[in-house]
Amino acid sequence: MALTLKLNGETHTVDAEPGTPLLWVIRDELKLTGTKFGCGVASCGACTVHLNGEPVRSCQTYIEDVEDAEITTIEAVGQDKIGAAVQQAWVELDVVQCGYCQSGQVMSAVGLLSENPKPSVEEIDSYMHGNACRCATYQRIRAGIQRASEILEA
Amino acid sequence: MTINTSRRGFLKGAAAAGAVLLVGARPDGALAAASSEATQFNPFVKIDADGTVTAIVKHFEKGQGPATGLPTLIAEEIGLRMDQIEYGFAPSDPNVYNNLFFGPFQGTGGSTAMANSWLQYRQAGAAAREMLINAAAQSWGVDASGIAIEEGIVKAGDKSAPIAEFVAAAAQLDAPAEPRLKDPSEFRLIGNDSVRRKDSAIKGNGQAIYGMDLHLPNQMVAMIKRPESRGGIANGFDDSASKEVKGFISAAVLPNKAGVAVFAENTWAAIQARDALEVDWDMSDAETRNSDEIKAEIMAALDAEPTYNVNKADVAAVSAAIDEADKVIEKTFYFPLLAHAPMEPLNCTIEQTADGTIVLHDGAQMPTGPHMAYQQIFELPPEKIQIKTMLAGGSFGRRATPDADYQVEAALAFAVTDRSRPVKLVWTREDDIRSGYYRPAFGHKVRVGLDADGNIVGWQHQIAGQSVIKGTPFEAVLVHDGVDHSSVEGVADSPYAIPGMAVGLTDTPKATTVLWWRSVGHTHTAYTMETMMDVVAKAAGRDPVEFRLAHLSDPDNPDQARKAAVLRLAAEKAGWGNVPEGRSLGVAVHKSFGSYAAEVVEISGDPDSGIKIEKVTCAIDCGIAVNPDIVRAQMEGGIGYGIGHVMRDQITLTSGAVDQFNFPDYEPLRIGDIAAIDVHIVPSAEAPTGVGEPGTPPSAPALANAIKAMSGMHVAVLPMDENGITFV
Ligand code: FES
Ligand code: FES
Repeated sequence: MALTLKLNGETHTVDAEPGTPLLWVIRDELKLTGTKFGCGVASCGACTVHLNGEPVRSCQTYIEDVEDAEITTIEAVGQDKIGAAVQQAWVELDVVQCGYCQSGQVMSAVGLLSENPKPSVEEIDSYMHGNACRCATYQRIRAGIQRASEILEA
Repeated sequence: MTINTSRRGFLKGAAAAGAVLLVGARPDGALAAASSEATQFNPFVKIDADGTVTAIVKHFEKGQGPATGLPTLIAEEIGLRMDQIEYGFAPSDPNVYNNLFFGPFQGTGGSTAMANSWLQYRQAGAAAREMLINAAAQSWGVDASGIAIEEGIVKAGDKSAPIAEFVAAAAQLDAPAEPRLKDPSEFRLIGNDSVRRKDSAIKGNGQAIYGMDLHLPNQMVAMIKRPESRGGIANGFDDSASKEVKGFISAAVLPNKAGVAVFAENTWAAIQARDALEVDWDMSDAETRNSDEIKAEIMAALDAEPTYNVNKADVAAVSAAIDEADKVIEKTFYFPLLAHAPMEPLNCTIEQTADGTIVLHDGAQMPTGPHMAYQQIFELPPEKIQIKTMLAGGSFGRRATPDADYQVEAALAFAVTDRSRPVKLVWTREDDIRSGYYRPAFGHKVRVGLDADGNIVGWQHQIAGQSVIKGTPFEAVLVHDGVDHSSVEGVADSPYAIPGMAVGLTDTPKATTVLWWRSVGHTHTAYTMETMMDVVAKAAGRDPVEFRLAHLSDPDNPDQARKAAVLRLAAEKAGWGNVPEGRSLGVAVHKSFGSYAAEVVEISGDPDSGIKIEKVTCAIDCGIAVNPDIVRAQMEGGIGYGIGHVMRDQITLTSGAVDQFNFPDYEPLRIGDIAAIDVHIVPSAEAPTGVGEPGTPPSAPALANAIKAMSGMHVAVLPMDENGITFV
């Protein structure tokens, strides 16, 4: 069935059955492949997108539930000041290794800094707990969030 | 094997208008250069007429850094800034793009990407530099010895011009046979801590394209329905429920009957249609054992006479010395099956071009594997097969199966179609955890005798487990006198001076599909050696660091000296001997893949209410650290990978079927699990050695030794949570 999505500031009409995870509409229909498939069961965070500015796992978010929401993906999050700061920090510190989890890490990091501009280490660890990185880049993710916080403060 | 069209295919499109300077090697290794793509060799470096320099990277990028490291070698030798060089992945060609340590085989593994490329890529860069300089010398009428290239500018006295100016003329010259390599004192990029990764930006903004992200026009997504237990055979299926799924196309039993391929218009349809498919399985030859039985078999093997006397020891004498020793320490260890679980689930895409060429798009770790397999499956000559290497979302060994498992699966699925549409094979995380290849389960039994002064008088070490090498094409090279070296590496070749060492090995029968897993045998051998060293040191009343150093004290043995140096450095940086209140330290040091790594783990809390890993301090000697920050990153990642799995992960089997299904019960390391990692690099003038794996082996035993220091408990059966240990 035809559904209307507001994604990255544009309106898209997509053909998808109810019950389809938003992840697959973003990746396979809209061909925005920055949002990743890692587990499909909300346990890795690779598929994180923003729904009205809040990070959600798109693999467990169903298409019929997001028709009225503003969806933001990794492709557009850098247009925002917090997204740009996080991406700048990620490059400065070379946070990534394989990189496959990093879209999700960046989306969650932006979510954290949006509600808490100066998170403590404990707050970072607790907020980012659901974003797995098999390459174990965690130390740099933590430092990246702290660096982005500094950039935003400046 | 000669493969020429794949090279041409690669260069097509990349070749800008005008002359191009290509510098590379012929199959015999001789340097070669040319001005166009109509050449008989493959390049390592390509310089377009506009001066754009591209490094052709023969290793795949899974995060370990070759897409930065190999361009660094070329940029260094030519005289470029890092922003003046791009990278592209080499096509599949085992004659030119082979791993120099693997023979005529192109592949990444054993932490060798930098080590085997170190001279090769520098030579290519140096040859390009000399050719550009010679062209400038002719053009300017000055002696070549007075010309240098700095930051992409050719300079001689008051003359200067960008390299672009000399590309056409340089391309007419012969490649120098032995170009002068820069002296380390001239290095500006190699060893420079400010050189950043070349793939950071695209991986932080969603632009990086992995195999999973490929959308070829008109492609189908294929998923394979596999039997619950390995070895089941698909007799047939009922797809009536699958037909209800919108986007389902068709299903077909794979030619080898190992599963049923489900084809759909997109990934979600494939997932649903596969779930809905009913398969008639013949399970008569399927694996039926439980992991407990497999464990019992390994433990029984440790108590029997080993099949192989690995180091040709006088076992009777060693055994007698231990029997007569003042103190005897005996420990038995068990290491469970482990999955690799790279973040990007396995996938690859196949298409057939109009001229019948088969093209594989893949985060290809060992391109030569699928390249050879495809010749048989498609009955095509090698030049009719192309492999396009894409970024890979991790591997940890999983993408390097000797039987090219998932690429073959994709080929078999493609072969049952009419080949008019590209087929993208996608694995889910459940497929990855349940149908994978695993780090084999291993057991060790160690008996050590000490004399009255606390000196080791005998060390009898039995190892049992399933060989990862036997039965693969690598057996001929990696198995000697029946011994799979990867089962005993780290014990049989330990640099420690241990008197009276006897190493025995028994291969246990096939339990499941097994595969090298980040640091291979060292995953279990380092744990055993290094926790035993602690137990033995304690029994001898000695400090664990001092006791190890005493067994690494031969001044004429550089292996011991380098191992001792990292141990001293890690101990010093971690504040060994100065343990803060409420904290406990554990140390381990291990040589693997030519590198030496020592790690100290600092913990707080207690095993019952929860252990907190406060800090891991690491010292690494990997020869010259080409990119120090990537070396540090690999240590951080290797430590996390090692510790993450020993804390709580294992794969278990019930009636041959894997019990775990996805991350919720194969829990990855999480951000809060390790509070800090501090890496120190030992300065070195030696040629680079591995960094992808060496960080992993010492991490788990250092944690175990810290737990023992804290509680007295020596964890010898993994994972740690099986022993009632909790982490916070
Ligand atoms: S793919 Fe959604 S959380 Fe893993
Ligand atoms: S960078 Fe590889 S999984 Fe996070």
